[in-house]
Amino acid sequence: MTSRYSVDVNKIGKRYRIGSMPTMYRTFRETISERIKNFGRANAGTAEANTFWALQDISFKVAEGQAVGIIGRNGAGKSTLLKILSRVTDPTVGRAKIYGRVGSLLEVGTGFHPELTGRENIFLNGAILGMKNNEIAAKLDEIIAFSEVERFIDTPVKRYSSGMYLRLAFAVAAHLEPEVLVVDEVLAVGDAEFQRKCLGKMSDVANAGRTVLFVSHNMSAILRLTSETIVLDKGRLAMQAPTAEAVDYYLSHGFSQGGERVWKAGEVPADAAPFKPLALKIINSQGSVADTVRSTDEFSIDFTYRLDDAITGLRVGFYLISTRGEFVFTSFDVDDPEKFEKFSTRSAGVYRSRCVVPANLLNEGRFVVGVNASTFRIKRYFHDEHALTFNVDGTGAPGTQWAEARTGLVRPKLDWEIEVETCRSGINS
Amino acid sequence: METRNGDTIPEVTIQPASGWRLIDLRELTRYRELIYFLSWRDLKVRYKQTLLGVAWAVVQPVMTMVVFSIFFGNLASVPSDGIPYPLFSLAGLLPWQLFENAFRSGSKSLVSNRNMVTKIYFPRVVLPVSSVLSSVADFFVAFPILIAMMIYYGYMPNAYALLLPFYLLLTVITAFGVSLWFSALDVLYRDIGYIIPFISQLWMYLTPIAYGSDLIKNPKWRTVYHLNPMVGVVNGFRRALLGTYAEIPWQSLLFSLLISLAILVTGLVYFRRMERNFADVI
Repeated sequence: MTSRYSVDVNKIGKRYRIGSMPTMYRTFRETISERIKNFGRANAGTAEANTFWALQDISFKVAEGQAVGIIGRNGAGKSTLLKILSRVTDPTVGRAKIYGRVGSLLEVGTGFHPELTGRENIFLNGAILGMKNNEIAAKLDEIIAFSEVERFIDTPVKRYSSGMYLRLAFAVAAHLEPEVLVVDEVLAVGDAEFQRKCLGKMSDVANAGRTVLFVSHNMSAILRLTSETIVLDKGRLAMQAPTAEAVDYYLSHGFSQGGERVWKAGEVPADAAPFKPLALKIINSQGSVADTVRSTDEFSIDFTYRLDDAITGLRVGFYLISTRGEFVFTSFDVDDPEKFEKFSTRSAGVYRSRCVVPANLLNEGRFVVGVNASTFRIKRYFHDEHALTFNVDGTGAPGTQWAEARTGLVRPKLDWEIEVETCRSGINS
Repeated sequence: METRNGDTIPEVTIQPASGWRLIDLRELTRYRELIYFLSWRDLKVRYKQTLLGVAWAVVQPVMTMVVFSIFFGNLASVPSDGIPYPLFSLAGLLPWQLFENAFRSGSKSLVSNRNMVTKIYFPRVVLPVSSVLSSVADFFVAFPILIAMMIYYGYMPNAYALLLPFYLLLTVITAFGVSLWFSALDVLYRDIGYIIPFISQLWMYLTPIAYGSDLIKNPKWRTVYHLNPMVGVVNGFRRALLGTYAEIPWQSLLFSLLISLAILVTGLVYFRRMERNFADVI
């Protein structure tokens, strides 16, 4: 009998105890003193106040051979869900059934040992990922070729560059053949060419009739690889719909609040310090915060942030991205060398970085603004690829006399010249 | 069930783990290749980029034997059951170091492989199993030295030597049982990791390696002393190998076996009990 569903999740929930979450181990003394303090109090350890639900009441089904995306903001429970489905951690309530072997790419290179050679690590990593020895041996040449590190395959991986290491790790993982493949953000790393290769491999897997669960912030990858997408919001299932619809829902409802995004204290990861984003605004040509700007007017993107400490070499910039995940441009506030010189060290304080996007540049549609605060090749303090979305209204833009959608992300007003070279019938007649 | 490439497609049910369970042996056999690769990795890595390489497995017990012989054998004249002291101590050191290496690496196996534990599903017990197994190899590297010493001192093994595999098994079982307890506790409380070297040192003094167990005369204290399963194991190993048994000490043998099994079974149950939280707290 053929099972129609590969994955059948039924009212899954996961509760964490605050304090033991996410990775806070305790010392013996703390436990003992806690036990003594709580002695006599019933149920002290599991009091509701000390717990929170990372996932609650999640139910969905994935048909066999389907590729499903999982999207949601940081902390929405995506990783917890994948961990439950790949059996790394148990759910607190509910049950799920999975038909077939589960291969997880929660992180490539798990179990790699720096002292072992590339070849040795292929076998080790393969075994960790659940491959049989003969299966690995049969695919060895293919894996090595895919990784592009043939020349160094018998060198310990500690001498590899990070790119080589990553390519080798992904090569092993990509040659897993489980019935259900669980993938989490593997594509966030590596150079552009390697990412393309990974995406290609993933769509091969999906096309080969295997079930894929794919978590990513990369909307164009989600759109390209998956047919259906689940949107998680604060641990609950907000929507399961065809991908285009789900991505649109996510981008328009997930975080946009009328042209302005304000970061609350809990929303900023601790490792962003001393950088702290405060607010991001879209400001139209009249100077007011707006969700929709006109293609024919200029507008500005305005970012305020606080530095709790001085940072040297900081650059703060924006990405402009389409809702399909294509990048329109990336720009930093100190792209101009003179500015970079002037602001080489920014001392503690509140700053505003603001740029003007010229009129007649963007086509109509919805766009996403991402922010990035980093020092070149040293540290990425803060990064949010989907900080804010806004609409561009095309009224009055070149070509709007024809009621048809223009393809392309930009809609520049170009100077056209039409010259009459020969004229027989008289153009003006 | 469907099949693909001859394998049946498994159906996995994910649900909250229920109370107390024992180890799923069928699942463990499916993961035997992983056990093999992890033991192999431990061995390979232990001697990579070292000057002496595998010779370390020999140098450690031999150097300890030399120091023991000088201080306990010559200077303190500790009685050694009538056996030449160097042979006496080495025959105790080898099973002891097997035990010590196995339980020390087994006890930290979960925490030192935390990236695997938090990313990938596999029966967690694979980690202490493969750590303990990889320690067995060192024993067999050092064992020929002990044989050479026996030949040098003119000791010939007799029929009692047939008991040796049993004592080795008992050593491994005890080390594995202790590893199960300590590795699971180490996940919850990092104190365990810090006190393991201390525990193993104390434990060595409580085991008849540098001295013979005849030193403890009071029968009441002897019983307490034998609560340490390694007492029966080290005594037994030494006597079986050197053929100094008067008769097989069934009583002490059974006692060691019972205590080792008790550690093993409680360790398995505790490990399984804590297992489901490993990925969340490690």
